[in-house]
Amino acid sequence: MAELRLKVNGKTETVEADPSTHLLWVLREKLGLTGPKYSCGIARCGACMVHVDGKTVPSCNTPVSEVMDGEITTIEGLSRDGEHPVQKAWIEEQVPQCGYCQSGQIMRAAELLATNPNPSREEIFEHMERVVCRCATYYRVVKAINRAAKEGGS
Amino acid sequence: MSENNTEKKNISRRGFLAASGGVTFAVAAYAVAPRFGFVESAETVEEVTEQAISAWVRIDTTGRITIYNPSAEMGQGSMTALPLIFAEEMDADWKDVVIEQSPIEPAVYGSVMFGNSRRMITVGSRAVSGYFDSLRIAGAQVRRMLITSAAGEMKVPASELTTEPGAVVHKKSGKRLTFGEIAGTMTVPDAPPNVVPSQLKDPKDFRLIGKEHVPRMDIPSKTDGSAQFAVDVRLPGMVYAVISRSLVHGAKAKLTNESAVAGMKGVLKVVPMNQGIGVIAETIEAALDAKGALKIDWSGGDSKGYNSQEWLSKYAAEAAKTDGGRALENKGDADSAIRHATRKYSADYLNDHVVHAQMEPLNAVVSVAKDGKSAEVWAGSQAPDGARNAAAAVLGISREKVKFNQMYLGGGFGRRSTSDYVEEAAELAKHVDRPLKLMWTREDDITYGMMRPASLQRMEAGVDREGKVVAWKHTIVGTGGGLLTSGSDTQFYSIPNQKIERKDIEHGIRTKHWRAVGHGPNKFAIEAFIDEIAHGENKNPYMLRRELMADFPRAIKVLDTAAEMSGWDKPSKEGRAKGIAFAERSGSLCAGVVELSLEDFRIRVHRIWCALDAGIVVQPDNVRAQSEGSMLMALSTILHESITYKDGAVEQSNFDDYHLLRIDDTPELIDINLIPSTEHPSGVGEAALPFMGGAVSNALFALTGKRFRHMPFTPERVRAVLGETP
Repeated sequence: MAELRLKVNGKTETVEADPSTHLLWVLREKLGLTGPKYSCGIARCGACMVHVDGKTVPSCNTPVSEVMDGEITTIEGLSRDGEHPVQKAWIEEQVPQCGYCQSGQIMRAAELLATNPNPSREEIFEHMERVVCRCATYYRVVKAINRAAKEGGS
Repeated sequence: MSENNTEKKNISRRGFLAASGGVTFAVAAYAVAPRFGFVESAETVEEVTEQAISAWVRIDTTGRITIYNPSAEMGQGSMTALPLIFAEEMDADWKDVVIEQSPIEPAVYGSVMFGNSRRMITVGSRAVSGYFDSLRIAGAQVRRMLITSAAGEMKVPASELTTEPGAVVHKKSGKRLTFGEIAGTMTVPDAPPNVVPSQLKDPKDFRLIGKEHVPRMDIPSKTDGSAQFAVDVRLPGMVYAVISRSLVHGAKAKLTNESAVAGMKGVLKVVPMNQGIGVIAETIEAALDAKGALKIDWSGGDSKGYNSQEWLSKYAAEAAKTDGGRALENKGDADSAIRHATRKYSADYLNDHVVHAQMEPLNAVVSVAKDGKSAEVWAGSQAPDGARNAAAAVLGISREKVKFNQMYLGGGFGRRSTSDYVEEAAELAKHVDRPLKLMWTREDDITYGMMRPASLQRMEAGVDREGKVVAWKHTIVGTGGGLLTSGSDTQFYSIPNQKIERKDIEHGIRTKHWRAVGHGPNKFAIEAFIDEIAHGENKNPYMLRRELMADFPRAIKVLDTAAEMSGWDKPSKEGRAKGIAFAERSGSLCAGVVELSLEDFRIRVHRIWCALDAGIVVQPDNVRAQSEGSMLMALSTILHESITYKDGAVEQSNFDDYHLLRIDDTPELIDINLIPSTEHPSGVGEAALPFMGGAVSNALFALTGKRFRHMPFTPERVRAVLGETP
């Protein structure tokens, strides 16, 4: 156990944890940021996606020691009051079903649009392929990303 | 949650429970903005007076209307749809409505199913269809009570009053009382007024049911991380538990390094259990580390020796045996009719095991009171009353002493209608005097999963001289008993001689309802076989179905709609082909056309057209969402999913070797047409799933001239069917 300092959602947090602990457990169990989810534990489903310096990272198998210098953003910190264009588009298109993977979907989509404001269908596939949705909401994920690209603005 | 809020919540709950007896009402100081599940917003709103009008609704003086949802919300949207039905007849203004999870009181909130008992169980796409009538009546009763109360207040005859959304109005005088105003003063009668179905709204007057503008209530919380699943529950002092379960179902565990594991940092208890070894620790990481360190000798096991792919190849011999079948349908004399038929057809269809793999691995939180006499449970369950009762039984206390907190379900698909994970959590919680969260890992979820049965479907048919299908035989072989049966009947195809039977082979594995249950495998076989018969008879497969459905205009309408939407008669562009299929599920009728191509040996589905008759549709956009999800979840099993057993153990363990459909398999178009109807609603959570297997297989035949009879159609199998060696 060590006292670790992390920058999460714009705040500096101090937690007691082993540096090898995976970021997901620190966020969820120590900091109460339960938006990122545990689902596979091997970085194959993307339900645990968070941003570190704007890039998505699967928090389930990332040791917390690797991200101590970064700015960590979880779904809870993506926007105030859920007004990020991707979140708004997700509601407009009524994307989520069970909702469990959707934090990962949204974080991944936000990253895509930040680097590629007008992605093609193939680019959406290539980027979003990392996040699995068992309810198979993919048809609406594509629609929502297109909508966010169109309506997102800044 | 502050103590103050807890107390207020309890006041409200006591008052409510009194009201649920139908004899009194409560005035509750309710100052917590309620949210679905456990976590309540700490934001305190102004003190308001709130009245429980019936077991289903509370109204406060600001006009806020809180309606209870009795179903499990696992992504299918019933949490919104059920209160919407109630609100329609109550004439509530939807913007005033807040939805809260109902208490676990099956006598009050259950729906009648399985005979006469009331159960709180969300299965078989039955939530809307099962609650539709009773919630309409209950909503209309509240509307009537509000009118009666307003009549007294306004001093006018109740017969001169009507309602507008959220208010009772007296047109003659222009007087108007909002529901909130009425709630502040009304006296709830001892018994609810009698309302009969003929007094309900004419469907043409619906303002909420069937309208496009009503979004699901749960969705905003599922876009900002605030939706609470059981796995998100954190309690002061909570400990974490995991279990190492046998890979061979039923094997017994002997731990050989107990003291080493018990001495690991953070480990609190090592608990031998029937299904394996449980570990309780201070943190989830410590629990997982300890699980990894367990050295266990496993012995025996019910499924020992089961090799699934070998068995699948033996099922054909089982199907050929004349004895040992359990008759599911026996009409006319199918055997004789086939013997005398002009042309005979037969084919075997196979499907591998698949597993639920819901995104939220199973988990539950149990907190036992210090004196051991009461407990609280947090879980996402499709059967919350069953789960509560199971926890009570494990803890040796009465069910009334267990408070069950229903949470959002991170996927159900049939897996969460059993309570094994809640029982496990309760059993482990007995070993500590702190709240306990049991978590399954993804590996636990897959290796100790409850599978959709692998099965063989032997199809045989006879056609007479005029080209009429006169005989039909369908023999199902597999493990899982009744799970194999659903969807094997061909109720919309009139064939005079029919024999459907099931041959049960016991493998000692765990099987379970999986979305649409037997309909996936059975409709795949039926619809692909119909296509084979059509081809053999030189008939258009759409027209052959139409012919067989002659007695069922609703089914014909669905089939015609799908054919028309897809431009069935027009050929697809070069390199693509279409397949058609029809299937009914949970009372809904569905037909679809799939257009696909092959890219090397990988199937690419480009477009799906689907027509669905589900009776009255409560939330059209949600029904489309459910249908899109059903079709793509079906596609996942058709293209990718396969669980195999070797010597009784599941060979896959995580998403690296159990492949779920990903976004790059999404078709360019999914076009869904909901057939307008005034019939009673039927199920929509699974209806668009079963037709897909047949439609894909039939499109592949149209494209390649080869029959695809073994799901999933992985690239390796496609290559094999096409006779190409790697």
